[in-house]
Amino acid sequence: MRRQAFATALVAATALALAFLALPIAAVFLRVSPGHLFAQLGNPVATDALLVSLKTSAIAHVLVLVLGTPTAYLLATNRFPGRSLVLALIELPLVLPPAVAGIALLAAFGRFGLLGGTLHALGVGIPFTQAAVILAVAFVEAPFYIGGGIAAFEAVDRNLLDAARTLGAGPARVFARVAVPLALGGLAAGSALALARGLGEFGATIIFAGSLQGVTQTLPLAIYAQLDADFDTALAIGALFVLIGATVLVALKVVPRWTRSASISLSRSVPSASS
Amino acid sequence: MDSLRLDFALPLRSFRLELALEVGRETVALVGPSGAGKTTVLRAIAGLARPERGLVRCGGETWFDSAAQVDLRPEQRSVGFVFQDYALFPHLTVRENVRFGGDGEGLLDRLGIAHLAGVKPAQLSAGERQRVALARALARDPSVLLLDEPLSALDAHTRASVRAELHGLLHDLGLPALLVTHDYADAAALADRVGVLVDGQLVQVDRPEQLIAEPASPFVADFTGVNLLVGTAKPRVDGLTEVELADGTRLLSTDRADGKVGAVVYPWEIALSREPPGDSALNHLQAAIASLVPVGNRVRVSLGGVTAEVTAASADRLGLRVGDTTVATFKATGTRLVPLG
Repeated sequence: MRRQAFATALVAATALALAFLALPIAAVFLRVSPGHLFAQLGNPVATDALLVSLKTSAIAHVLVLVLGTPTAYLLATNRFPGRSLVLALIELPLVLPPAVAGIALLAAFGRFGLLGGTLHALGVGIPFTQAAVILAVAFVEAPFYIGGGIAAFEAVDRNLLDAARTLGAGPARVFARVAVPLALGGLAAGSALALARGLGEFGATIIFAGSLQGVTQTLPLAIYAQLDADFDTALAIGALFVLIGATVLVALKVVPRWTRSASISLSRSVPSASS
Repeated sequence: MDSLRLDFALPLRSFRLELALEVGRETVALVGPSGAGKTTVLRAIAGLARPERGLVRCGGETWFDSAAQVDLRPEQRSVGFVFQDYALFPHLTVRENVRFGGDGEGLLDRLGIAHLAGVKPAQLSAGERQRVALARALARDPSVLLLDEPLSALDAHTRASVRAELHGLLHDLGLPALLVTHDYADAAALADRVGVLVDGQLVQVDRPEQLIAEPASPFVADFTGVNLLVGTAKPRVDGLTEVELADGTRLLSTDRADGKVGAVVYPWEIALSREPPGDSALNHLQAAIASLVPVGNRVRVSLGGVTAEVTAASADRLGLRVGDTTVATFKATGTRLVPLG
């Protein structure tokens, strides 16, 4: 009797949690017709924001990949004093409120910031430009990619890297032909998570880059800007995000499956049929 | 002179590895308990571990010399390294693996893996992987071959045939080869000389039969304290091999062999009893006890040319005394055959 009650309570709690999580998502699509939602994406505010988001996210993501991959490899394959401090530093943006990230970026690159004077003397002003959006996005998404990359490179068998060295490969060839191909599944997963986080960036961007339509107004900022003016457009952009998020999640489930064939256990022993 | 010369010291966690050894155009096996520093020796030669001081020379080349501050990087040293578990690149095909270090097209044929060229390592048997690892190591045309436990990943069945193959290959190559194993039977089958490494020190280097006959220390005797019974092997139709010893005694083994062999039996695989066993599948020898030597809580019992190791308790129970006629029994699966001559 008591066991029955507990089972019922479990199911009820789960149902309530699922309903709470699903209701707002469903509401995005149910409040207005899909055709109307799609039409709202033609609104210049939405198209401008889409272009700004795509451009800034793409550039920020390339920067993160180009600098983050070697960083992850170095940290995964070397042990040195202060390594855990470096790892903590990389993870810090994960736990910072985005607004703090925005303030910090202003303090570093703003007109009166740490590097601001130098940049100003060189004729470079970063805050409230697209460059600021790119920096803000890169700042918040980098930890996702570098963290995933370190785990991916650490999972590569050290003996394979050593074997490549004894076969005449220098460190660069070992990296390109052995380490990166074997870590590719993990790197792709980290990359997808980072990209999703970067596209959704709001707090750091609005503080450091502002919200100027066609220049620094990304999709999340456009939702905020349209809340009062045109709720349906805000909703349409929201629907777009739900679709992007769902795509990333599906990709994360699929990617490990096709890379698993590349990371088989070497100790698996199959009886020889040919000898 | 294409020889490999080592003389170095390298501190490990609980002891110092100190080793002086010259390997000519021959195969030298390093044996010893696990954790004795055997693999570190190979890694130091390949440049994957750095000795504290000393030198590593190969042919006319100095690879490492602490006094002259020479330390070539691994990719600059002409070594063929066969890793334990083979370390094949899982994302590359057999051909791509072999060609990673050099043009290994001819080696695919030579090692009988040409038909597997397009296959990934995951699809290979352990024996096939071993051949791919050998081909890959040799593709670079190395001056020295280093093998880390080349047979340990194989099951008992494939092990004997792969061991014979490897023996032939090492002989044909005529390269200085250093191989590491914890199995004395493998070392005796593959190597011209065997070095016993204990806690980082090379206790004795000698021909395999010499090591058994004249162990330099109790430890060597204990480690190599295998029974080696010389006889003539003949395969039987049931898949077992019959070995006839000089005195006419017949033994059975699950290893395949033909011709002159050494039958290797570990002392701890021999059981003692007063009466012959009823089970005909067991090998048995009947002889008078020549000596009883306590070693800790065990007793080493010599009789009829073999040494058995039993617990002190069971020696007491049997009431064993020197001169008693006793039966030594051991299984066909515990009787390993090593080709001799």
